Amino acid sequence: MNQAGPADGGGIPAGTVRGAASLVVEDIAAGYGAVRVLHGVSVTAAPGTITAILGANGAGKTTLLRAIDGSVRPGRGRVLLDGVDLAGRRPEEVARAGIGHVPEGQGVITELTVAENLRLGLLLRHRADRGAALAEIYQRFGVLAERRNLAAGMLSGGERQMLVIARALAANPRVLLLDEPSLGLAPKVLSGVLDLIQRLRDESALTIILVEQNARSALAIANSGIVLNLGAVVAQADASVLAADDALRRHYLGF
Amino acid sequence: MQEFVEFTLSGLATGMIYAAIAMSLVLVWRGTRVLNYAQGAMAMFTAYIAFTVINHTGSYWLGFVAALMAGLILGAAVERTVIRPVTGKPPLNAVIVSIGLLIGLEGLAGVLYGSGYRSFPPAYPITGLSIGSVALGITENDLFTAGAVLAAAGLLAAAFRYSSVGLRLRAAAFSPGVARLLGVRVGRMLTLGWALAGLLGALAGLLVSPGTFLYPNSMDTIFVLGFTAAVIGGLESPVGAVAGGLILGVVLNYVGGYLGSESVDLFGLAALLLVLMFRPTGLFSAAPARRV
Amino acid sequence: MPTLARHLGIAIVAAVVLLLATNSIGDYRNYQLTELAAFVVAVAGLTVLIGLSGQISIGNGAFMAVGGYIAALILADLNWPLIAILPAAVVGAALAGAIFGVAAARLRGPYLAGTTLMLAVALPSVATRFQSVLGGDQGLGFFVTVPGSVGSNVTLIHWQAWVSCAAALVTLVLLANLVRSRVGRSWRAVRDDEVAAALAGLNVARLQILAFVVSAACAGLGGMLLAMWNESVSPGLFSLTLSIQLLTAAVLGGLGSLAGAIWGSAVLVLVPTYLENLATSHGMTATTSSSVPILAYGVVLIAVMLAFPSGIQGALVLLARVTGLQQLARRAAGPLAWQSRRSVQSRPAAESSWSESESPRPESELSRPESESPRPQSQPAAESHEKGTL
Repeated sequence: MNQAGPADGGGIPAGTVRGAASLVVEDIAAGYGAVRVLHGVSVTAAPGTITAILGANGAGKTTLLRAIDGSVRPGRGRVLLDGVDLAGRRPEEVARAGIGHVPEGQGVITELTVAENLRLGLLLRHRADRGAALAEIYQRFGVLAERRNLAAGMLSGGERQMLVIARALAANPRVLLLDEPSLGLAPKVLSGVLDLIQRLRDESALTIILVEQNARSALAIANSGIVLNLGAVVAQADASVLAADDALRRHYLGF
Repeated sequence: MQEFVEFTLSGLATGMIYAAIAMSLVLVWRGTRVLNYAQGAMAMFTAYIAFTVINHTGSYWLGFVAALMAGLILGAAVERTVIRPVTGKPPLNAVIVSIGLLIGLEGLAGVLYGSGYRSFPPAYPITGLSIGSVALGITENDLFTAGAVLAAAGLLAAAFRYSSVGLRLRAAAFSPGVARLLGVRVGRMLTLGWALAGLLGALAGLLVSPGTFLYPNSMDTIFVLGFTAAVIGGLESPVGAVAGGLILGVVLNYVGGYLGSESVDLFGLAALLLVLMFRPTGLFSAAPARRV
Repeated sequence: MPTLARHLGIAIVAAVVLLLATNSIGDYRNYQLTELAAFVVAVAGLTVLIGLSGQISIGNGAFMAVGGYIAALILADLNWPLIAILPAAVVGAALAGAIFGVAAARLRGPYLAGTTLMLAVALPSVATRFQSVLGGDQGLGFFVTVPGSVGSNVTLIHWQAWVSCAAALVTLVLLANLVRSRVGRSWRAVRDDEVAAALAGLNVARLQILAFVVSAACAGLGGMLLAMWNESVSPGLFSLTLSIQLLTAAVLGGLGSLAGAIWGSAVLVLVPTYLENLATSHGMTATTSSSVPILAYGVVLIAVMLAFPSGIQGALVLLARVTGLQQLARRAAGPLAWQSRRSVQSRPAAESSWSESESPRPESELSRPESESPRPQSQPAAESHEKGTL
């Protein structure tokens, strides 16, 4: 399988359409303490696409997202958002630059209400835009509108997943990182979430990076994907190509 | 009966002071999981600053404001320089650093002002109030004390609940990792939390110093009793802190009044031990015991 | 038991050295030596409590008070010989430690520290509460005399130095053995990971209480010695400042290290007077210069914790390693607190590029096996931007 193409930050005028940014990860090496997890990973996510990050447990998928969002400082490499290198910046600065991350295991702030969780996301927008943005979110996520004054801790698993995605969207990100959104969700809810992710790409032209163990579902909606194994990229191609590759599927993707 | 009323009312007034200290401890605890043993000493130090300003300018209120500002600044400075390096390390480090701060501030105050007792002016007269011929056991100053603490608590509560900064502060305290991902500058929020706690502590120092006189160790007992109040109310709850403070203030006042003032500290110790042995999360919380 | 033999051997040598020293250094130095030994006893107990069992106490001054007051009362009312008063003080303080330990058995971290702080602040009022017996603020006298059997050449101060040093040596030998015994290992296991220790079958509560009893006993003995040195007991002698002085000495010397208790106590006894004199010579009055040592304690506590948590003993071990005295370093390091990442952590010498915000689950780290060799100081510890505890 091919390695990453040329690091492409250009092509689309940077920042003109909010929500359509390119993300290029170049040769990222990262880990925790003495344990190195990623050994030079490169990914290119074109604007307005869904890029799937696949691989078995422990392959380094979550670490890659953390290296992108700033939670883990990479030992080397660059993270280019529309050409601007964000590697090494603190997570809050990366978030302010426009990379939203919905971490694995949801991350609703249970002590706050649904509305307060959303308000938190909205804080990254201009004050003038917040009202309209909130209204739009309530329209799109009817369930959240109904439960807006409930403590977030009282929501079901699927509703929480909705909340964290909505909250991330509230911040108006240019790139959205989703870490295992399917985890712990019932199949019906899962398909709803996947639907939502697809629509986000189609309707809002959001650039989405989707980490998933459920490779089949991920490849069904993704434009392209990479497969990680033991911290290195073993495959990178269009989603349809990856899905069609029998050896790859059986070896790394489990189906 | 009259004695009882007097003890109750003056106990409530003292309880407000404990409540202020307890609230600042809760604020810092929720935000940074550090117990600030130096909270009382910081309050003492800001009271000395007020003392200096009052003596130089002759204006009580100028000193009052100066102490509050100093409380904000001192709280922020302490968090940035001394506490930040030990967050994330084992809790023992933070405890020792905080004790070091306690004793260091007491030493500094002694070096700058000497160890003698200074008299500190009250905000309002301390003549006893009465309704008709019934002495109430409290003074105008006590009313001001209660009002000031309640106002500060109310303002803080409102700010936390309704303002953007308050939302960020709460998010940073509840889930710092998630908050970061939403662009919240968690570090700044921690500093802000400590600054606000410093402000509350400064208020407590101003309010209590007229009664205790001001000297380097003057806030030691007030601090441990404020800590006891926070424990009674549960370290997680600002409302509990106020309740704990009031309860403790009243109970200890009964002890002091009916059993003698030498028994107060011992009773406080007993109260602390009892609460920690049987309801370690505080009298009001339903949460499971937190193993710290 | 080679351990006991070795410790006894060192103690005997030290005893001989001290005997010769006390005969020649004169009264003033003997006076300081007495004070030093008293502190060594108390600090040693505290450093074992904090460093080995992981429980912090800022109230050991209270246990010193218990020992001191018991001794004073017995001498005044019953006129027992010193050899009988000593164990009484120790037992009394140990009992107090047991009572407190039971009450505080489930407390951890800030709750425990705060409670011991309360103990330190509240205890002086006991003397005023029971003024008739305990003498209130004035306190009680405690006048030890030189026994006739010792001979008439020995001054009181000389005798006190002998008593103090002997007590200190015995305490250190006993503690050293305790530290290396099964109990010591159990303490360390609990300190490093309480849950794992409990799962392994250790009775955590009992161990914690025992640690308090031991440290209180040491404090009681130290309190008696201090009372003897001071020729009286009073609330002012056993103030909150004393408790914090003990903590400072333990931290400065190196938490968990008995040698560190000696270094810390030495600094505690020698430096404050020096500082005060320095201050007065620069024009400060008595009321302000007396606060200079107190300021110094604070600065020392903060500075040591931020810059070099392993204290003096840690520095010496590092020095020994650096200069190639590996064996000596290994022996000296032993079961020190800073060996374990869980108790007192120092900053890594060079921050690795791999480590950043997320520290890898330190809460679930299991305790290290006894046989593991000491970790080099420069090993990078995963630092956090923030931990989940914030």
